[in-house]
Amino acid sequence: MSNSSSPLDTAVIRRDFPIFTRTVRDGKKLVYLDSGATSQKPESVISAEANFYRMHNAAVHRGAHQLAEEATEAYEGARESVAKFLRATVDEIIFTKSATESLNLLAYAFSSGDSLNRFQIKRGDRIVVTEMEHHANLIPWQQLAKRTGAELVWFEVTPEGRLDLSKISELINSDTRIVALTHQSNVLGTINPLEQIVARAHEVGAVVVLDACQSAPHKAIDVEKLGVDFLTFSGHKALGPTGIGVLWGRSELLEDLPPFLFGGSMIENVSMLDATWAPSPRRFEAGVPNMAQAVGLASALEYLTNVGLEKISAHELLLTEQLLAGLANIEEAKVFGPESTVDRGGTVSFTVGAIHPHDLGQYLDSQGIAVRTGHHCAWPLTRKFGITATTRASFYLYNDASEVDALLAGIAGAQEYFKDK
Amino acid sequence: MELDSLYQQVILDHYKRPLHKGLSKNSGVQVHHINPSCGDEVTVKVSVNDGVVAEVTWDGVGCSISQASVSMMSDLVTGLGIKEANVILDEFTALMQSKGTSAGDPEILDDAVAFAGVSKYPARIKCALLGWMAFKDASVQAQAQ
Repeated sequence: MSNSSSPLDTAVIRRDFPIFTRTVRDGKKLVYLDSGATSQKPESVISAEANFYRMHNAAVHRGAHQLAEEATEAYEGARESVAKFLRATVDEIIFTKSATESLNLLAYAFSSGDSLNRFQIKRGDRIVVTEMEHHANLIPWQQLAKRTGAELVWFEVTPEGRLDLSKISELINSDTRIVALTHQSNVLGTINPLEQIVARAHEVGAVVVLDACQSAPHKAIDVEKLGVDFLTFSGHKALGPTGIGVLWGRSELLEDLPPFLFGGSMIENVSMLDATWAPSPRRFEAGVPNMAQAVGLASALEYLTNVGLEKISAHELLLTEQLLAGLANIEEAKVFGPESTVDRGGTVSFTVGAIHPHDLGQYLDSQGIAVRTGHHCAWPLTRKFGITATTRASFYLYNDASEVDALLAGIAGAQEYFKDK
Repeated sequence: MELDSLYQQVILDHYKRPLHKGLSKNSGVQVHHINPSCGDEVTVKVSVNDGVVAEVTWDGVGCSISQASVSMMSDLVTGLGIKEANVILDEFTALMQSKGTSAGDPEILDDAVAFAGVSKYPARIKCALLGWMAFKDASVQAQAQ
């Protein structure tokens, strides 16, 4: 079965990714269905990163020489690219080393300023998360609550893998200061209904923090339209290098947000006993940043934009539809997450009968098929569903219909392999 | 196929028909170990009398490798002196760290040499060791009592 209606020419796209020239497990074609964990990189990104080191390497924002100028220009140019990608303004883009760091930055900033800090979380305040959060968007808030005495509450997940919004007004009450949630679940593929949540959060004066790690690499993002207050995503899931993450925040919020990491570059003035802070975004970028990685990320976003985010989403939905239909035909298969493609992205978690996901993943690996198994860093969610683990396939622009067929054939092969043993 | 070196029949037999599964009512030291990277869990209960492993029972959820390994471990060490049990434990640990270069000593490991293939799959070594590490933890505690 193939999707001739796909808007993408995957054969052409795959040629841009050097990793697809190699084979795995004794000459098998690599079927990479683990982009939800990290994406593969096109040659242009690898070159952009290497080229920075080869030709322009110097510490940004310091040094009175030509290389420093070029490095600064490349790094700040990358910031402009990210701003364009998110339809944001350039001063609202903070480079971090990862989305995890971005979320920790916020969680610490909300408790590290002086008492006049308007973001200071205190006893009696409430932080709202959801049951489907990745550990990176749960634990920083959980620990912030513990540090400050604030209360942590959460939206539950329905058996279909959607957020249960029936108690939204009680959950997001007048004590609520922060609502942190994922745009798209890294386990279920669910795309969350932001409009209602953002409206309620703003009604009570809370800020909305959006984890866009699974959405920004796959669909066009417009921060103004989303209406959230902070957003983060990681470079390496969006064709970019590891070691680079993005935090976007509304400028009027960043203006007052206290810093998290202290050191070089983030200051305005320093004496032995005190210091004042540079304006955003530099206030949040202490130390020499990951410059080559920022440049690599800009190249990745350019690649995605050239292909077209709308086309990428449409392509991934076709693959998702094909996989969901295929799994529906396998009696033992159970999908965790929406069974339709409405408000859903290209991540599908499932189990197959009594075959443990690790064993299924191992069999698939023997066929050259790379999937993720386990709790996917969302342990409370898998526990909610009463299981220890699932197998997860996640798609990207370089996957095609034949790879969904290979996965389905691999599942049948695993059923056969483990049947009579 | 290459995969057969991992999924030896004796491993799958233990997975399907585990031994000593179900925690004993007898007194003993009970520990709960988790593989945080995958969520597999095992509870192992060990009683030691006069330096001898009197009883090992367990319960758990996990993949075939982790569950078969704890099943085989419980059968192997029951009735042995602590020192002998530790010899097997050390041999098994060494086998897991051998990166596929060792076949394991059947004189010491008995059926557990079937796990030799696991050492070629770095991601699965923790699965195979989960029950053994729980036994080590529980038996050390039991001796201290």
